[in-house]
Amino acid sequence: MAHKKTGLVSLEEGGFAIFLVLLAFVCIIVAGKTFDQVMAFHAGIGALFAAVSVFLIFKNFFDDGGEPFPAEIDGKPNYNMGPVKFGAVAAMFWGLAGFTVGLIIALQLAWPALNFDLPWTNFGRLRPLHTSAVIFAFGGNVLLATSMYVVQRTCRVRMPGKILPWFVILGYNVFIVLAGTGYLLGVTQSKEYAEPEWYADLWLTIVWVFYLLLFLGTLWKRKEPHIYVANWFYLAFIVTIAMLHIINNLTVPVSIYSTKSYIVWAGVQDAMVQWWYGHNAVGFFLTAGFLAIMYYFIPKRADRPVYSYRLSIIHFWALIFLYIWAGPHHLHYTALPQWASTLGATFSIILWMPSWGGMINGLMTLSGAWDKLRTDPVLRMMVVSVAFYGMSTFEGPLMSLRSVNSLSHYTDWTIGHVHSGALGWVGYISFGALYCLIPWLWNKKQLYSLKLVDWHFWLSTIGIVLYITAMWVSGIMQGLMWRAYDSLGFLEYSFVETVEAMHPFYIIRALGGALFVLGAVIMAYNLWMTVRHGEAEEAEATPVGSLAPAE
Amino acid sequence: MSLWKKHEVFEKNSFVLLVGILVVVAIGGLVEIAPLFYLKSTIEKTEGMRPYTPLELTGRDIYVREGCYLCHSQMIRPMRDELARYGNYSLAAESMYDHPFQWGSKRTGPDLARVGGKYSDAWHVEHLVDPRSLVPASIMPGYPFLAENRLNTRDIQSALTVNTIVGVPYTDEQVENARTDLLGQAMPDSDAAYAFEERWPSATVRDFDGNPKEVTEMDALVAYLQVLGTMVDFSIYDDKANSR
Repeated sequence: MAHKKTGLVSLEEGGFAIFLVLLAFVCIIVAGKTFDQVMAFHAGIGALFAAVSVFLIFKNFFDDGGEPFPAEIDGKPNYNMGPVKFGAVAAMFWGLAGFTVGLIIALQLAWPALNFDLPWTNFGRLRPLHTSAVIFAFGGNVLLATSMYVVQRTCRVRMPGKILPWFVILGYNVFIVLAGTGYLLGVTQSKEYAEPEWYADLWLTIVWVFYLLLFLGTLWKRKEPHIYVANWFYLAFIVTIAMLHIINNLTVPVSIYSTKSYIVWAGVQDAMVQWWYGHNAVGFFLTAGFLAIMYYFIPKRADRPVYSYRLSIIHFWALIFLYIWAGPHHLHYTALPQWASTLGATFSIILWMPSWGGMINGLMTLSGAWDKLRTDPVLRMMVVSVAFYGMSTFEGPLMSLRSVNSLSHYTDWTIGHVHSGALGWVGYISFGALYCLIPWLWNKKQLYSLKLVDWHFWLSTIGIVLYITAMWVSGIMQGLMWRAYDSLGFLEYSFVETVEAMHPFYIIRALGGALFVLGAVIMAYNLWMTVRHGEAEEAEATPVGSLAPAE
Repeated sequence: MSLWKKHEVFEKNSFVLLVGILVVVAIGGLVEIAPLFYLKSTIEKTEGMRPYTPLELTGRDIYVREGCYLCHSQMIRPMRDELARYGNYSLAAESMYDHPFQWGSKRTGPDLARVGGKYSDAWHVEHLVDPRSLVPASIMPGYPFLAENRLNTRDIQSALTVNTIVGVPYTDEQVENARTDLLGQAMPDSDAAYAFEERWPSATVRDFDGNPKEVTEMDALVAYLQVLGTMVDFSIYDDKANSR
C-alpha cells in the first residue's frame, strides 16, 4: 500500500496506546502496593485489559498497515458494525445473567435458606448485582449497541475512529465486570443504583466522555441536514447521565490503594442528590435512551413514519425538562423538607402528559399497519412495550402523590411498579430491538423462528402479569397491615406477621420471574440459531428485514 | 408554523442541541438541591449528635458493605403507626454525619433508625448469626461470618481523616488515636478502653459480640446498631422551633 500513513501509527492509535500503557502501569503499581485484595484483583483486571488492548492496537496496525477504513464502499456508507455486534451479544449475555440473579433473589425472599449464610451469596450483595446487571449491563449494552447503529444509519455515515468505538463498548463492559464482581466481594457505596465504588465510577466517567465524543463525532460527520429525533433522545441520555453520575458519585477514597470511599454529601443532602440521580437513572437511562429505540425501531419495523413530528418535539423537550425535577417524590414524609418533596410530586404529575404524549406517538405510528400485530410478534412485543410504558408512567405519578405514597412507600408495590416498567417497557423494547438488529447485523433474511418469538412473548407476558399482580397485592396488603389497629387502639400486627403474610406472593413473583427467564432463554436460542443457521440476505440488506409486505 | 421552523436550529446543529439539553436538564436539580445547603431550617437544632466512634463507623461500613439498606430503612415517617412501632420520627440532624445516607427505600425488614438499645447485644449477635433461631418467620439472611472475621484496623485512621475532609467534625486527637480507640471500645477494662472513654465521653465501652478473645466485625456492627437513633436527646428537643 502506497498510502503515506503506512508505517506510522495515527494520532488516535498512538493516543490510545499511550493512555492504555500508562493505565496498565498505574494498575500494576496499585495492584502491587495495595493490602486490599479486591483492589488487587480489580487493578489486575484493569492492567490485563489495558495490556491486551495495546497489543490489539498494534497487531491490528501491523495487519492492515495502518490504512484507515474507507468511509464508503460503492457509494454506500461503510458502517462500522463490529462494536454494535459486540454490544448486542453482550446485552443478551448480561440479560440472561441479570434475569437469573433476579430469580435467585426472588427465591431467597420466599425461602431464606437459599442465602446459604455466605457473604458472597446473601441477598444484600446479590440485589445490586441483579439491578446493575439488568439496568447497566443488559440495558446499557442495548443502548450502546442501538445508539451506535441508529446514529450511523440516520446520519448515513460511518462512526469516527478505528479504536474509539471499540474502546467505548469494551471499556463499558470492563466497568460492568468491575462493578459486578465488586458487589459480590463486598465493594459497594450502598447508594441505590449507584453502588460501584470510586475507581469504577472514575473509569466509567472516562468511557462515557469518549462515548459522548463518538456520538457527537458521528453527528458532526452526518450527510443528512436534520438530526433524527431518536438521536436527540440518545444525546439527552448521554449528556444527562454524565451529569448525574459525576455529581452523585463525588467521593473521597480512603486511599488510592483502597476500594473504600466516603461520599462528599451527607444525610439529607445526600438523600436529595441520590434521588435526583436515582429517579433520573429511570428518566434518562431507562426512558430517554429507550424512547430513542422506540423512535427508530418501531417506525422501521412497522414501515410507517413516526406519527407526529411536532408531537415528538414537544415530547422531547417537555420530558427532559420535567423528569429532572421528579426525584424527591421518593422522599415523602422523610426528613427532607416538605417543599422539596412537594415540588417533586408536582412535577411528577405534570410529567404524566409528555410521557403519554410519547406513548401516543409510538402507538399511533402503527396507524395503517395494525394488522402487523397479528403477523409479526416482534412488532407486537415493541407495541406492548409502549403500552407497558403508558401503564407505568400512569402508575408513577399516582404513587408520587403524598397520600398514595404514604401507603405504597417501603412496600413491594414500588418493586412491582419498577418491574412493570423494567420488564414490560425496557425489557420488551430491548427484545424487540435485538430481534430486529441481529438479522440486520449478520445479514440474515429473517429470524430463525417467529414461532419462538411468539413463545417468548406469551411466556414472559404471563410472567410479568404474575409478577406485578403479586406485588400489588403484597405491597398494598403489607402497607395496610402496618397501619392496622385493633379495637383497643394497639397496632394489630407485629412486623414479622406482615412478613409471613408475604410468603405466597413471593412464590408467585418468583414463578413470574422464572417464566420471564425462560422466555429470555428461548430468545437467546433463537438469536443464536439466526446467526448460525439463518438464511443469508442477498446483496445489501433492506433494513426492514423479514417482514411480509403490509398490504 | 414559524415556531416549528425555528426549532430547526436544534435539529441542524448538534452543538446547539447539546447546549439546549444541558440548560434544560440543569434547572430542576439546581432549584431542588442548592437550597438544601444554605437554608438553615434544613437541619434541625438538636442536642447530643456526635460523630460515630471508630468502632461504630467501622460497623456502619460493614452495614454499607453488606447492603443492609436494601431491606431496612432508617427513616421513620411522622405517622401514627410508625411512631407507635418505631418511636419518634427521624430528624435530618440524625443523619448529618452519614456518608452516605442509609435511609433506604424498602422495608422487607423493619426500620432500624431507632433500633439502638431496643435489644440486648446478645440478641443482636444471635439474630445476626441465625435470624430464625429468634424469629422463626424471619426471611433475613444469616451473617455468621461476621463473628469470625477479625476486625480490619489498617485503614481506620485514613477513614476518619477522609470523614473530616467531607465535613464530619472529628477532633485531631480522635483521628490520631483512631486505631487504639477502634479496639478499645470493644475491650472493657483495658487501658485502651479508659483512653477511649476520655476521648468519647458519650459513647459506651462493651464487649459487643460477647467474645473477649478478639475484636470482630460482629463487635463493630452491633456497636453501630446499638447507637442508632439514640444520640438526640428528645426530652429537650424543641419540636416547634424546628418546624419548617
